[in-house]
Amino acid sequence: MTTLSTKPGNADLAPHESYVPGSHWRNLQDETEGAKLGMWLFLSTEILLFSGFFCAYAVFRMLYPGNWHDASQYYLNWKIGAVNTVVLLLSSFTVVLAIRGAQTNRNWMIQLNLLLTNLCAAFFLVVKLGWEYWPKWQKGELPGAAFTYGNPQGTHDNIFLSVYWVATATHGVHVLVGIIVLTWCMIKASRREFGPRHYTFLENAGLYWHIVDVIWIFLFPLLYLV
Amino acid sequence: MAAHAAHAHPHGSHGHHDEPYYASKGSLWKTVMSWVYTVDHKKIGVMYLVAVLLAFFLGGVFALLLRAELYEPTKTLADGTVTGQMFKGWTSAQGEVTSNNIYNRLFSLHGTVMVFLFIIPSIPAALGNILLPLMIGAKDVAFPKLNLMSWYTYLFGGAFALWALIGGGVETGWTFYTPYSSTTNWGNVTAMVLGAFILGFSSIFTGINFIVTVHKLRTPGMGWFDMPLFVWATYATAIIQVLATPVLGITLLMIVFERVFRTGIFDPALGGDPVLFQHFFWFYSHPAVYIMIVPAFGVVSELLAVHCRKRLFGYRAIAFSSLAIAAISFLVWGHHLFAAETPAANAIFSALTFLVAIPTAIKVFNWIATMYKASISWNTPMLYAMSFLFNFTIGGLTGPPLATLATDIHLTDTYFVVAHFHYVMMGGTVFAFVGGLHHWWPKITGRMYNEAWGRVGAVLVFIGFNMTFLVQFILGTQGMPRRYATYVEMFEGMHKFSTIGTWVLGFGFVIHLLVFVLSLVSGKKASANPWGGLTMEWEAASPPIEHNFHREPLMTHGPYDYDTAVPPHCNEKDYPLPTPKPGMAMAH
Ligand code: HEM
Ligand SMILES: [Cu+2]
Repeated sequence: MTTLSTKPGNADLAPHESYVPGSHWRNLQDETEGAKLGMWLFLSTEILLFSGFFCAYAVFRMLYPGNWHDASQYYLNWKIGAVNTVVLLLSSFTVVLAIRGAQTNRNWMIQLNLLLTNLCAAFFLVVKLGWEYWPKWQKGELPGAAFTYGNPQGTHDNIFLSVYWVATATHGVHVLVGIIVLTWCMIKASRREFGPRHYTFLENAGLYWHIVDVIWIFLFPLLYLV
Repeated sequence: MAAHAAHAHPHGSHGHHDEPYYASKGSLWKTVMSWVYTVDHKKIGVMYLVAVLLAFFLGGVFALLLRAELYEPTKTLADGTVTGQMFKGWTSAQGEVTSNNIYNRLFSLHGTVMVFLFIIPSIPAALGNILLPLMIGAKDVAFPKLNLMSWYTYLFGGAFALWALIGGGVETGWTFYTPYSSTTNWGNVTAMVLGAFILGFSSIFTGINFIVTVHKLRTPGMGWFDMPLFVWATYATAIIQVLATPVLGITLLMIVFERVFRTGIFDPALGGDPVLFQHFFWFYSHPAVYIMIVPAFGVVSELLAVHCRKRLFGYRAIAFSSLAIAAISFLVWGHHLFAAETPAANAIFSALTFLVAIPTAIKVFNWIATMYKASISWNTPMLYAMSFLFNFTIGGLTGPPLATLATDIHLTDTYFVVAHFHYVMMGGTVFAFVGGLHHWWPKITGRMYNEAWGRVGAVLVFIGFNMTFLVQFILGTQGMPRRYATYVEMFEGMHKFSTIGTWVLGFGFVIHLLVFVLSLVSGKKASANPWGGLTMEWEAASPPIEHNFHREPLMTHGPYDYDTAVPPHCNEKDYPLPTPKPGMAMAH
C-alpha cells in the first residue's frame, strides 16, 4: 500500500490539526489506520476470490460423494499436506516475531524472522512442486480432459483433480507473491525503514501472509482429509 | 447538522498558486507528463471521463449497427434459412463467417464495451474520482498512487479486451455462459475474459480507495449524516465493488482454465456443471447492476436538491436505502436462473427479489416528494433528473414481472428483458451520468455550456430513448426472442419504429457533443458556484486548484440546508432564505 509518511501534523494550527504540507492525510494516525483499513478490504477480496473454489468444491462433493472420498484418499498423501501445514503455521509465527521486532526496535529481529518466513514459504513451494505436482504430472493425474491416469477410482476423478489443481495452484501463486512482498520488506528493513512508529507496511505484509496461511488451513482438510 | 460560525483557518506557510489543476506546466512535454504521472484525483477522473466517453461512443456505434440490421426482418425464424441482411458478405479476421456470426459478435461487443468499459466505471471512476474528495473537503483520495494504478489497469484491461473483441470475434454476449464460452473454439474468448478479469482489479482498487477515503478523510466536523448523498451512494457502491468483483474474477479465471487446460468444472461432458457458472456469474453480476445504478441514485439526489433548491426529503431514508440495496443485492442472483434452478430455489430467489423493490421505491418517493412545491429551474441537469425518474420508474416496475416465476418463464430471453435492463441501465444510469456531466461540467472545466442547446439535446435523447425501448416491451410479450439477427414479419413495424428511435437518440447525443466541444472552445467562464449548490465542491474554485481548497473547509451548514444557508460564493439577494412562519419552530 502507501508508504508511510513520517511528517507530523501541524497540530499548533488549532482548532483542529491542519493539512500536512505535501500530504493529504491530516496526521500519522489517520494514515496508519487508513492503510490498515485498506488492507483489510483487500484481504476480504482475497477470501471472496477463494470462496469460488470452495463453492465449486461443495457442489461437486455433493454431486459425487463416494468418488470424492476415494479420489482424495488415493491421489493425495495427507502426510505431505500435513508437513506443509506445519511449515506454514511456523511461518505465520515468525512473521509475527518480525513485527514484534519492529515494535521493539530490534532490526536484526525483523530481518532474521523475515528470512525464516521466506525459507518456510520456499520449503512449502518446493514440497508442492517436487513431491506433489511433478509426480502427478508424470502419472497423468491431471485435471479435466487432461486426465490420463490408467487406474481411476471412479468416473469423476478428473473433476476432483480439477478442483485440487486450480485451488492449490492459485494458492501457490499467492505464496509466491508473499515471498516477493516479504523480500521487499527485507530490503526495507535492511535500509532501516521500520521502527516502533512506522511499521504499517510490514504489518500489512504480515496480514497478507496470515491470509495465505488461513486459506491453506481450509484447503488442507477439505482436499486431503475427506 | 454542524453549525460552526467560524470559517476556515489559514493554511500554512507554503504559498499556493491559484492555477487550475489542469494548468499547463510550461512545455508541452512537461504538461503531458504531468498527466501521465499524476496522482491528482481530478486529473485521473478526467482521464477516466475521456475514456468512458470514448467507450460509450464505440458501444453506441455498435448499437446503431445492430438496430440497423433489425430494420428489416429477412424472414427466417419460421422457415429455417437464417441470414441477416445487412451483414451479408462481411468477413471477419477468421475469414468467412455467416452474417449471423457478425451479428453475434456485434452484440457481444456492444454488451461488453457498455458494461465493463463504460457503465461500471462511468459514474464512480470518472465523476466519483473528481467529486468525492471535493465533496468531503479532502485534498485527494486515500491512496493516490493506487488510484493511478487503477486507471492504468483500466486502460490496459480495456485495450486488451477491445483487441480481443475486435480481432477475434467473441460471440458469447457479455454473460460468457458456459459451455458456450468454454467449448467453442473460435475467437479470442480467452483473451476477452482475461481483459474483463484485469478490468475487475481496476474496479476493486477504486472501491477500496473510496471506502477508506470516506472513512478517514472527511473534513473536520463532517459526520456521516452531513455527507452529501452522492458520497453515500459512492460509498455503498464501493462496498459492492469490493465484495462482488473478486467472485467475477475467480469465475473468469475458471473459464480461462476451462479453455486452456480443459479443467471441465463447467463442462457437463467431463462431469462438470454449467449451471454453477451461471451462479458464479450472477453472484457478481446482479450486485454489479447495483454498481451501475446506485451511483446514479447519488447523482440524481444532488441534481434534484440543487435545481429544486430544497432540502432533500428523507435524507436518511435515501442514505440507508442505498446500503439496504447493497446488502440485498447479494441475495438475489438466482433470479437470472429461473429457467435453470429447482422450484424451491426459484421461490426463495423470487421472494428475495421482490425485497429489492422496497428500498428502490423508497428512493423514488423521496425524490418526488422533494420536487413538491419546489422552485425548480428547468435547465439541462434538471431535465435529465426528471427523465431519470420517468425511465427508472418504468424500468423498476418491469422488474417484478420478471421476478414473478410464472411471468418470467414466458418473458425470459425475450425483448421484454432487453427493454427492462435498458430502462434501468440506460434510462437510469446513462441519463443520470449525462445529467451529472452537465451539472458538474462548469466545476470540472471552468466553462459554462449552452443551456438552450443542452435542453434540445436532453429532449431529443429522452424521446429517442423511449421510442427505441418502449415498443420492445410489447415485442417481448409477443414472443420476440433476444439475440437474433432476424425475425418474423409480424414484428417488422415495431422493430422499424425502434430503429428510428435510435437515430433520434444518436442525434441528441451528437448535439450534446457539439455543445460540450463549443463550451471548451468558447464557453463563458464559470463562476465558482453557478447553480447555488451547498455541497463542498462548490466552495472550491471552478476549476479547482491542484489541492482543491486554499484552506481546509469547515462544515458550516449541511449539504441540503437550503432553508437556512446561503450558498457559498453567492449573494443572499439571489438566494433569499424563506422567512420563518410564525409559530413554526426553526430546525437547527
Ligand atoms: C426493481 C428492482 C429490479 C428487479 C425486481 C429486477 C428483476 C430482474 C429479473 C428477475 C431479471 C431476469 C430476467 C430474465 O432473465 O428472465 C432481470 C434482468 C436484468 N436486470 Fe433487473 N431488476 C431490477 C432492477 C434492475 C436494475 C436497477 C438494473 C441495472 C441497473 C437491472 C439490470 C438487469 C439486467 C442487465 C438484466 C438482464 C441481464 C441479461 O440477461 O443479460 N435490473 N431483472
Ligand atoms: Cu439481477
